[in-house]
Amino acid sequence: MSKRHVIPILYILFLLLPIYWLVAMSFKTTGEILSGFSLFPQTWTFDNYKVIFTDPTWYWGYINSITYVTLNSIISVAVALPAAYAFSRYRFLGDKQLFFWLLTNRMAPAAVFALPFFQLYSAVGLFDTHIAVALAHCLFNIPLAVWILEGFMSGVPKELDETAYVDGYSFPRFFISIFLPAIKAGVGVTGFFCFMFSWVELLLAKTLTAVAAKPIAATMTKTASSAGYELGLLAAAGTLTIIPGAIVIYFVRNYIAKGFALGRV
Amino acid sequence: MARITLSKLRHSYMANPQGPEDFALKEIDLSWEDGGAYALLGPSGCGKSTLLNIMSGLARPSHGRVLFDDKDVTDLPPDARNIAQVFQFPVIYDTMTVYDNFAFPLRNRGVDEGTIKTRVHAIAEMLEVVPLLSTRAAGLSPDNKQKISMGRGLVREDVNVVMFDEPLTVIDPHLKWKLRSKLKELHHKVRATMIYVTHDQTEALTFADKVVVMQDGEVVQIGTPVNLFERPEHTFVGHFIGSPGMNVLPCKVDGQAATFAGLPIPLEGGFDTPNSHSTQIGVRPEYVSITPTGIPAIVRKVADIGRHIVVEAVAAETRIRAVIHDNPPETGETIHLSFQPAQTRLYCNDWLISRPELSGSSPGTAGSENLMGAA
Amino acid sequence: MKTQNQKAWFFVLPVLILVAFNALIPMMTVVNYSVQETFGNNVFFWQGLDWFQQLLRSDRFHAALGRQFMFTGIILLIEIPLGVIIALSMPRKGFWVPVCLVTMALPMLIPWNVVGAMWNIFTLPDIGLLGYFMNNTLGIDYNMTRSPFAAWATIITMDVWHWTSLVVLLSYAGLVSIPDAYYQAAKIDGASNWAVFRFIQLPKMKQVLTIAILLRFMDSFNIYTEPFVLTGGGPGNSTTLLSIDLVKIALGQFDLGPAAAMSLIYFAITLLVSWLFYTLMTKDDAK
Repeated sequence: MSKRHVIPILYILFLLLPIYWLVAMSFKTTGEILSGFSLFPQTWTFDNYKVIFTDPTWYWGYINSITYVTLNSIISVAVALPAAYAFSRYRFLGDKQLFFWLLTNRMAPAAVFALPFFQLYSAVGLFDTHIAVALAHCLFNIPLAVWILEGFMSGVPKELDETAYVDGYSFPRFFISIFLPAIKAGVGVTGFFCFMFSWVELLLAKTLTAVAAKPIAATMTKTASSAGYELGLLAAAGTLTIIPGAIVIYFVRNYIAKGFALGRV
Repeated sequence: MARITLSKLRHSYMANPQGPEDFALKEIDLSWEDGGAYALLGPSGCGKSTLLNIMSGLARPSHGRVLFDDKDVTDLPPDARNIAQVFQFPVIYDTMTVYDNFAFPLRNRGVDEGTIKTRVHAIAEMLEVVPLLSTRAAGLSPDNKQKISMGRGLVREDVNVVMFDEPLTVIDPHLKWKLRSKLKELHHKVRATMIYVTHDQTEALTFADKVVVMQDGEVVQIGTPVNLFERPEHTFVGHFIGSPGMNVLPCKVDGQAATFAGLPIPLEGGFDTPNSHSTQIGVRPEYVSITPTGIPAIVRKVADIGRHIVVEAVAAETRIRAVIHDNPPETGETIHLSFQPAQTRLYCNDWLISRPELSGSSPGTAGSENLMGAA
Repeated sequence: MKTQNQKAWFFVLPVLILVAFNALIPMMTVVNYSVQETFGNNVFFWQGLDWFQQLLRSDRFHAALGRQFMFTGIILLIEIPLGVIIALSMPRKGFWVPVCLVTMALPMLIPWNVVGAMWNIFTLPDIGLLGYFMNNTLGIDYNMTRSPFAAWATIITMDVWHWTSLVVLLSYAGLVSIPDAYYQAAKIDGASNWAVFRFIQLPKMKQVLTIAILLRFMDSFNIYTEPFVLTGGGPGNSTTLLSIDLVKIALGQFDLGPAAAMSLIYFAITLLVSWLFYTLMTKDDAK
């Protein structure tokens, strides 16, 4: 191991410390937390996790979050695929302006849209449903999905399309049986990004839900303010929110470097 | 300027190489004379790039030494060896101008700007890129980019050797020829040792005074282009050089006579006693002719390729090709082939064993019996 | 060459409908609010451009905007060089590469309010690892709820913790795409490590770094949840960034008109600065 590897090692330690503290806290009893500082849990307890897995307001939070995140990822990738294909293969009236306009939506602060979203989704009768959050998150996920997929698709030579048409493939059959497999890494990476940004967003998700579709992150804020400072419980809930992300990231680990370059390197 | 010697060189990419199959380079002893124009020829994956990187210092050989004149440079980094290397894909510094690209190796060595200016202009003139000097290198065409890479190698006056690693791969065919003659011209001007790595025989044979042929991590023959064509020391060289390649026919050896398909074949001379039963006769299609008598063969294919006609025939389940100039036979016809004895050689385990200086080769002559008696 | 094909619009249509539904209708609502005044009960009065004029002259807005630029400026100055340095010192191949990449990506996948809560727990003066260490081991008085400096240092450290990996991963992707021949040529040319960085690595990373700077600018300029959970904008108003102030006005005080006007100015600034960044950084390529 050479000297320069010290830098990434230190950086990873810095990344892991707060996470360690959160996990350690989740295994401590309330008594231990309140009695003072301790580096490791003195008496290990699973009580905090037990509360989460038995109380429906807690575990439904997880189910809600995962539901709308999955819905959003599927919608975003599905509609972004044909659009990205159009941007990567054709020139059409207003294509550049449209692409830029899509990207500007990623620049819009969520705080700007919070109240209008509440009114919009209440007006169409979707307030407090999973689909409302899934659709709202499309605002920033679809532009991103189009952007990433366009990068990957531009890397596929146009000759592939032409050969397929010469061989007598119809467009849908070509797209599904030839083109999609050619960019499956790109689809995976896009799905990952959509999952990531929908999973971590809270402001819109909280604004658009009340009870039935309330995300786990919102449940946590409620607990933090109403039930006093139940740090152990909060830490356990927080720890559990890291797990879905970690699982998803494990699946795309080999594409991650290229994926982060949005297919453009 | 220096003579480069490779001594007992072996290289493996594995930590604990066992048999010879673990070695990318197997035992190479080789000398490159100062000022020579060499080509290193071989198919992809034969170890030529590895050998090149060992000479330039980008890789360290696992066994053996590299000497520049008499100085051991095995452990020296590339910049301490005073060598230049031009890669398959043009490597240029995108953000710099052409002038700065040329000046870069000199500036890194602390050469003063006055000298740099003279050198850069001299090189730019040689490469005919003077009008491009102040443009950004990023926007140049591939052939000009490759010229810049070459220029960066040649700009240093004391350079020991310039190595070209398949430098014409990305160049358009009509420019390849131009760039290659440019290289030849450069060699005459700067008189530095040049080593040109390629898998293309035309490139190798037109550029080099001497060609080193490699196969499977081994050097199989070193020689002038004529040498390689006329007397391949290994059946691989026969196959690889020439189009179509040399005919290689499995044969039986009995004493000092070689027979193919039951017929005695006259050779260029006698031969060393083969150490295995795997013996072959090698003869180039250019020295095979259709005659009234000889080896009977059935014509399989006739291809008129302009300057000559290639006839492919089969005798004793072996393909034999002949290059002729008129009266092509019909497909399916039975013909008789004979070989020019002076150009017909014997190989054992793919290595040449026949030698013209050994007398008496024609089967059934007194000479061969004498030799047998002596043995 | 791309072919001209107006039917391509049909491919774009689903995206267009979904994004327009989410972007245009709320944007129109915001524009509508920004020129009206309400006293509740859905009664609105035409207000013209008053809100915009008031806002552009308001000290509160100037202060929040100043804090926002300071925050974004500081985190860009830390995260971009730090991310590049880490990417440069990472291994290029082998077992440790995916391990590094996965651990580094982890902070980005944690819900933003959990990030805030995690750093809150981490920095509590009496029982947080960092807080306890600072106060009791190093003897530095560190308390976010009292000292604006501590609060700023913490939200910046938190953002560095949260997002430097994005820069690392982007730069790393740029670095691994450089063919070996470039490094070999540089060695033969006798280039120093600095020259390799300056003339090979940096030019090749330029495109991904442009993306990194743009993304980091947009996201840090819009940041809300993490600092809100951590400091709530305090102590006082010291860490009240633009988004936090906006939500305070819109949802806290329910001043819809001023909040809407602020949203539009906010959005306009983000667009303008992103565009400036983009044109400046891609200027060379156009030549």
